[in-house]
Amino acid sequence: MSHVIETHQLTKTYGLLKAVDKLDITVESGEIFGLLGPNGAGKTTTISMLCTILKPTSGTATVNGFDIVKEPNKVRKSIGIVFQEPSIDDRLTGKENLYMHANLYGVPASVQKERINRILKLVELEDRADDLLRTYSGGMRRRLEIGRGLIHYPKVLFLDEPTVGLDPQTRDHIWKYIKQLKEAEDITVVLTTHYMDEADRLSDRIAIMDHGKIVILGSPPKLKETLEGDVVAVKANNIDALSELVTKRLGLEKKQIVDDALEITVRNGKAVMPRIMELATQNNIYVESIVLREPNLEDVFLFYTGKSIREDSGKELHGMAAIQRRSIK
Amino acid sequence: MTEIRGFYTLWLREIKRFLRDRTRLVSMFIQPLLWLVIFGAGFGIRFAIPGLSYQQVIFPGIVGQTLLFTSMFMGISVLWDKEFGFMKEILVSPVSRFTIFLGKMVGDSTSSFLQGIIVFIVGIAIGVSIDPVTVIYALPIMMLITFGLVSIGLTIASLIGTLESFGAIQTFINLPLFFLSGALFPLKGPGITLPSWLTTVAAWNPLTYGVDALRNVILGASWTPQLQIQPLWTDIGLVCLFDLIMIAIGTWAFSRMK
Repeated sequence: MSHVIETHQLTKTYGLLKAVDKLDITVESGEIFGLLGPNGAGKTTTISMLCTILKPTSGTATVNGFDIVKEPNKVRKSIGIVFQEPSIDDRLTGKENLYMHANLYGVPASVQKERINRILKLVELEDRADDLLRTYSGGMRRRLEIGRGLIHYPKVLFLDEPTVGLDPQTRDHIWKYIKQLKEAEDITVVLTTHYMDEADRLSDRIAIMDHGKIVILGSPPKLKETLEGDVVAVKANNIDALSELVTKRLGLEKKQIVDDALEITVRNGKAVMPRIMELATQNNIYVESIVLREPNLEDVFLFYTGKSIREDSGKELHGMAAIQRRSIK
Repeated sequence: MTEIRGFYTLWLREIKRFLRDRTRLVSMFIQPLLWLVIFGAGFGIRFAIPGLSYQQVIFPGIVGQTLLFTSMFMGISVLWDKEFGFMKEILVSPVSRFTIFLGKMVGDSTSSFLQGIIVFIVGIAIGVSIDPVTVIYALPIMMLITFGLVSIGLTIASLIGTLESFGAIQTFINLPLFFLSGALFPLKGPGITLPSWLTTVAAWNPLTYGVDALRNVILGASWTPQLQIQPLWTDIGLVCLFDLIMIAIGTWAFSRMK
């Protein structure tokens, strides 16, 4: 398979902050490539550089064979972009927005009508095509934006947090569209997300990003396999004390607190569970429940970065990971 | 070809947005009406010019004022587009920044120009004596005036981040340009003596020549060489020069935008 995107030591710094740090990734033709990471990991900065919105501080990349620094116009013509924030004109109708895009991207007038009708059909907005955008729901606007990104037949579609702020049902809908799209259009999709389930469901390959670097890259099942472990989730009346004890006495450091439960990633869950129970009893901690489960992408992220991917990840640093982070700051 | 269609589509968008804004359309009729009726009737006595009523004298000035205020206000479209994210869609497209600026500028100028035409309708409706044929000559001049003024509005809006500061700066520029353009009183003529600082400032005000050009065509022979600031073609030349300078600055401002 050929490489649609190649980055070479791609770097973007803001003062002392390295938003993207010597990134080397390749995206293959026809895949859905997910960039997963917490807010501020450098996902949007990476995508912005690939879309030639931002100039890299150093390093470069090629998109569809065009250099993002030397040939930005050629790159722009060959890609579609759906921004994180809405970018449609709500005083125009759906159709007008699409025509405008077609004109801006130089789609020949003779094929515009046919393409726009096809896109409207694809995103199921035919019956609302002549309504003003301000009457659309959030999900409909998003669908129109995704459709709009396809009008000039791009080879790569960039989706920056495609479902942020949408309700679960609509998210599900959008995911379906993205999958269908990839089948129908023979297109490469690069998406960023901080939703684990989104990355898991959509991506053929995922790059987990943190502090401007790729932490690990692979297909979702492979990433989970690399953990070689289980997740033990404990609910107890004094979770903070228990958290400290498992680190001090059992040497377990890969852990986080999620919804009042202490989740510990371990090699051999079955053997560790009785030890945790023992420890709790000895220290008068009442354990409400203890569960062993398969790892998910959240656990993968935790395993490789030592922290949770959730938006309020700062609060969820515990034990050694927290100490390390603090000393860095 | 891409640039031409890009220009066209951006131009069309501004006009569509303008025509869909009902409140703005209504307010367009009311403002010139107030100026012409209240100002034209009430304050005219002091500036009486032989052969012309004060209302006739300020009528081209009110046209110029409407063009000034509406053109400057058009800058707000840049701020809205930034606010609602649409600017991004335009800026990342393969169309050049010059074309983006030009499309928006000419689109907003056309909208502003339409408002200027409404002043004529209002003027004729309330009985200001103007020869309807002169309107035809006034139209291209009005268009030329809006280019430069819209460019000022767009430039400021693209350099300034927020609606609040845009509003403040806009007023700061609008009022001096308006009052020192001779829109409400003749700047020279028999028996008119103005402080020299005022005539100096007015001489550097682009709107002075826009208003003078409008008076030249609308008032015809009654606007005698003694009253003219400059002959018609000099007025037009100066307005064009101002347009070119502002288009260059506007394009520069747009190319800085991220």
